[in-house]
Amino acid sequence: MSLLRLFWVFVKVAVLNELQYRTNFYIQVVRSAIRLATGLGGLALVYSHTDTLAGWTGADLLALLGVYYLVDGVIQLVIAPSMSRLMEDVRQGTLDFALTKPEDAQVLISVRQVQIWKLVDVALGVAVLLIGVGQVGREVGALHALAFGAALLAGGAIVYSFYLLLATLTFWLVRVENIMVIFQSLYQAGKWPVTIYPRWMRAMLTFVVPVAFATTVPAEAISGRFTWPSIFGAVALAAILLAASRLFWNHGVRRYSGASA
Amino acid sequence: MIALLDVYRAFFKNEIALQLQYRVQLIIWLLFGVIQPVMYLVIWSTVARSRGGQVGDYGVSEFAAYFIAIMLVQHLVFTWIMYEFEFLIRQGQLSVRLLRPIDPIHGHIVENLTYKLLTLTIMVPAAAILTLLFQPRFDTPLWAIAVAVPALLLAFLLTFLLEWSFALVAFWTTRTAALNDAYTLVYMFMSGWVAPLSLFPPGLQVLASILPFRWALAFPVELLLGRLTPQQALGGLAAQAVWLAIAVAIWKLTWRAGIRRYSAVGA
Repeated sequence: MSLLRLFWVFVKVAVLNELQYRTNFYIQVVRSAIRLATGLGGLALVYSHTDTLAGWTGADLLALLGVYYLVDGVIQLVIAPSMSRLMEDVRQGTLDFALTKPEDAQVLISVRQVQIWKLVDVALGVAVLLIGVGQVGREVGALHALAFGAALLAGGAIVYSFYLLLATLTFWLVRVENIMVIFQSLYQAGKWPVTIYPRWMRAMLTFVVPVAFATTVPAEAISGRFTWPSIFGAVALAAILLAASRLFWNHGVRRYSGASA
Repeated sequence: MIALLDVYRAFFKNEIALQLQYRVQLIIWLLFGVIQPVMYLVIWSTVARSRGGQVGDYGVSEFAAYFIAIMLVQHLVFTWIMYEFEFLIRQGQLSVRLLRPIDPIHGHIVENLTYKLLTLTIMVPAAAILTLLFQPRFDTPLWAIAVAVPALLLAFLLTFLLEWSFALVAFWTTRTAALNDAYTLVYMFMSGWVAPLSLFPPGLQVLASILPFRWALAFPVELLLGRLTPQQALGGLAAQAVWLAIAVAIWKLTWRAGIRRYSAVGA
């Protein structure tokens, strides 16, 4: 599996790179701890004034927060930095170095840049998720776990494809790094179930920017409030977006001419 | 003083022309400041509705007023200086600015104010749309509007100087993104950004009153909502003044020490 092999190579490079800045690593750990504390604090604050939020209990939202940190961790670990690097390379005309490598170009540019200390966020996300699931108190059966796994993978694939679609625009527009900001700012709304928002906002978070698929749908699966059509819908959308982003990438990269190299 | 005003005028002209080149970018960055207040507005209104319309001393329409005011005040006071300063140090670009016969802070203040000025053309309509959607209730007495002018000015200066001083840590550690994130997280939690501070447990309320963040954000907001007595308003202005003095002292000390350490990494 060349994807995993390449990812591992870039993880090793990132570790060597980061070892230069050891203080920064410790500060990163402190930052993640503060992030966890303020995230949990916000939840505790809301649930000190109510028992359920639009039908979601505190334990449900703890699981959702875990999914939110986990997906965000993966995005910041490899997807967002790799896409930024791609856009930078297209602007500077240095993408040649990636395209001439004997690997699939899309795979290579998707895992090329790793921000290693975001692994702390991924781990925290998993921990919060497990604690949340433990607190939910309901029996989490094999079927739930299966639905959750499918929803989470589909959510990850949807987010990745969305990032790739936006980043590929760089072949036409050159300066698009700010488009990423749109996703990052809207993603924060995914910390809460999208069903809580007014209809216009829910539509935006589902169809314009796929935040709902990244956090709410997996959390619905784990807290037992999912419906199979929504899981199948998420998986189908993931397949369509993966294929579409692949086609779009192939179309875009053909335009690349090494601009200023 | 007159000379400084002339410099500011020249900076302004320059900055307006510069920033108008990137209009789409200006608008996209606004999303950060709009999404979150709307998010917390929805959450707290939902909580209020589940409890018959009232949480603590806030009803549904008061939450709407609170978070719309938070959005506007935060827009006036926020800075991105910590992230920019790290870049300037790491790339050694600060050198160019140090060569000018004027403290670099002035250029950054003008950059900040220009951005605020240009983007008010979007923030004001955004606030108007949210007002139509969420039906906020403001009971602002006239005196509070008068006091809000110095309170907002102090809040801006306080935020800017605190974050500028904090940004100067980059002289020592070069990489500060994580530190900046940590600061921002504490700021958001303790400033009234996630919820009105009166809904916090008593211990955290005391902590929030000791830290500067509340005075830079929640205080002007509560003032504008007509929630403070004249005595509380004066107390708030005093707290702002004290923290501003502390921020100025930290700024002067760290700047003097930091500039000696500066070695233009990467230049």
